[in-house]
Amino acid sequence: MFGAACLGLLVVMAVALVRAFAGPSVYDRILAVNMFGTKTVLFIAVYGFFTGRPDFLDIALVYTLINFVGVVAVLRFVEKMIDPKDPSPATENRKEQA
Amino acid sequence: MTLIIDGLTAIFLALGVFLAFTGALGTLRFPDLYTRLHASSITDTLASFMILFGLMLQAGLTLISVKLLLIFLFLWYTSPASSHALIRAAYLNRLPARLIRRPNKETPPSKP
Repeated sequence: MFGAACLGLLVVMAVALVRAFAGPSVYDRILAVNMFGTKTVLFIAVYGFFTGRPDFLDIALVYTLINFVGVVAVLRFVEKMIDPKDPSPATENRKEQA
Repeated sequence: MTLIIDGLTAIFLALGVFLAFTGALGTLRFPDLYTRLHASSITDTLASFMILFGLMLQAGLTLISVKLLLIFLFLWYTSPASSHALIRAAYLNRLPARLIRRPNKETPPSKP
């Protein structure tokens, strides 16, 4: 039961990694990494039950917070890339970036 | 009694993994960042709830269950916040949204 859940979560993490490598924009990669981190937390919890020693939950707990802080930090870095000459956000369909 | 709890755990774990897989499939297949975020973020909180609740049923009223509840609470609060920050940064950076589906060039449009 736990082994099957572990395998399913590993498949989900692999799919998230595919999106992280293939994502056309930076935000796609950040989204995929965020999803990967969340699934890592779940995987750690399930794997602790799978081996019969659920002592890894502290690591999962810390990993949750590190994941959140890391994503927000990377986003603060990416937000600096806004062009200061044209600060208005997009509301309509624009030409797609190449 | 143990059989009932094991069955409930199996059901919750299967539902959680299924939801996580649909979210992953959405992030892989959807055409746009905004739709991708919809797919991953909607299924994310419910999938974590399902999996962690299934594990809580196995753990019973112990410290392990409290830790699982804490993990669930942190995920429950930080996942929407990070999603919001992500989409806000993308929107302020004028990431284009692909709202209109392109016509397929191979198949000509059928006349009414």
